[in-house]
Amino acid sequence: MARTRFRSDRGLTLRMGGVGLGLGALYVAFGAVLIAYSNMAVGLIVVLGMSWGQWYFSDRLALASMGAKEVSPEQAPELHAMIDRLCALADMPKPRVAVSVTDMPNAFATGRSPSHSAVCVTTGIMQRLDADELEGVLAHELSHVANRDVTVMTVASSLGLLAGFITRWGMYFGGGGNNNRNNNGGPAFLVVLLVSLVVYAVSFLLTRSLSRYRELSADRSGAYLTGRPSKLSSALVKISGDMARIPNRDLREGAAISAFFFAPAINRESVTALFSTHPPLEQRLDQLARVSSELSEPI
Amino acid sequence: MGFLDSILGRTRPPAADLDALFAVPQAAVSLQTQGFLPTGQGAVCYRSGEGSAFSSTETQIEQLIANDGTSIERSDDSYGFRWLSVTRQGQDVSGLVTDLHAANTSLVDSGFGQALLCSTIGFTTPDGRPMALVYLFKRGTFFPFVPLDGQKRDNALELQVRGIVDADLGVESDLSKWLAIWGAPGL
Repeated sequence: MARTRFRSDRGLTLRMGGVGLGLGALYVAFGAVLIAYSNMAVGLIVVLGMSWGQWYFSDRLALASMGAKEVSPEQAPELHAMIDRLCALADMPKPRVAVSVTDMPNAFATGRSPSHSAVCVTTGIMQRLDADELEGVLAHELSHVANRDVTVMTVASSLGLLAGFITRWGMYFGGGGNNNRNNNGGPAFLVVLLVSLVVYAVSFLLTRSLSRYRELSADRSGAYLTGRPSKLSSALVKISGDMARIPNRDLREGAAISAFFFAPAINRESVTALFSTHPPLEQRLDQLARVSSELSEPI
Repeated sequence: MGFLDSILGRTRPPAADLDALFAVPQAAVSLQTQGFLPTGQGAVCYRSGEGSAFSSTETQIEQLIANDGTSIERSDDSYGFRWLSVTRQGQDVSGLVTDLHAANTSLVDSGFGQALLCSTIGFTTPDGRPMALVYLFKRGTFFPFVPLDGQKRDNALELQVRGIVDADLGVESDLSKWLAIWGAPGL
C-alpha cells in the first residue's frame, strides 16, 4: 500500500456509524410494530416505491426542479475541463455537467450511482468564485458522488417517510374502512399512529445529523483531492456571506433539494443547528484548517 | 471503494501506479519503426498542494533530476496543475523514463501520490507535428494525444498510434478517459 496523506476522521466515522446503527434499530422496531399491529402493506409498498423512484431518477428530478440544463464540452469548456481533471485524479466516471441560470450561488451533485450522476453549478456561483475556489466546490460535490450520498440518504430517510406518511394520512387507511367484525382495530391503530409519530420525529433528527456528518466528510475528501483546503474555505466564506443577503423568495425555491446543496438554502435565523442539513460554517472551516495543517506535516 | 467506506463516507483518493512507465522505451522502438521519433522531452503533471511539505518535496525533486545533467522546467497551467518538464539530450527515452519515475517516486514517498494526474512523453509524428504519449497514473494506462490547431485533436492518428503501441503498453480502453491536455509543455 502506497503511502498517502489521506486520513479519515475517526471521531466522525464513529459518530456516523452510531447514527446509522440508531436509524437501523429504529426502523427494525418500527417495522416490527407495523407487522404486529396493522396491515399497512399497501402503504409500505407505496412509500418504498416512491423512495425507490426518487432515488432511481434522482439526477433527472433534481436537475429538473432546479431548472438546470445539461451543458456540452463545447458550451462550457472550462467547467468540463476542470471536472475532467478532477475525475482523472479521483479515477471516477465523469458525471453529467449541468448549469442552472440563477443568481443564487450554489452547487449540488445528485444521482443514484457514480456512473449515473450529475453535477450542477449555478451561474451565480461561477460569477462569485475564482477558478481555484470553484474547483474546491466541485471536488466537494464529486466527493458526494464517490461517497454515494444520494443512496445513503435515501435509504436513511425512506422509512422515516413512511412514518410521516402514516402520521398524516394513516387515519384514512387503518382506522376507518373496517366494519364491526374487527373489534380491536381502534386501539391497535392508535399504537401504530403513536409509534409512527415517535419514529418520524426521531428519524428526522437522526437523518439531519447524518446529513451534516456527510457534508463534513465531503469537505474532507474534497480538500484531500485538490490538496488545497484553504480554497474550499474561502469559497465557503464567500458563499455563506452571500447567502444571508439574498431575499427569501429565491431561497425557498431551492428548498426541496437543499440536502444536497453545497451551502444550505435556508435562512440561518429560522432554524436551529439541530434541524439543519449542513454543519455550521465555523465547524466546516475548523475541519478544513486541520486538513491544511495535516498536509504540511512531514510524513 | 468498499461498501463500508461508502456507508461511512470516507472513500479515499486512489493511489498512483508508477511501474507501468517502464514499458515506454519498448513502445518507443515500435513507434520509431513507423516514423514517430522521440523528442527526448517529457513531463509530469500534478496538482500542486498547499503547505510547506509540498514545496520542499518539489525542490527535492528538482535537485534529484538536475544532478543528471538534464534540463528541467516548472510551469503552471490555467487549471492550477503544475507541469514539471524534463528534457534529455539525444532523444534518450529510457533515461527520460528513469527521470520521470524518480520524480513520481519522490511525490509518492512524501505522501502526495494522489496528486499525480498524468505524465507525457514527447514524440514527433512522421509529418513533423508534435504528439504525446500520455500516462494516466490512476488508471495505469496510456493514450496518445495529437493536438491540431484551434483545440482540435487528430483522432484518426491517435487511433492509428493505439494500434502501434497496443502490444507494448496497456492502452486506455475507455475512449472517454482520453483526457485532452491543451497547452502541455512540448506540444
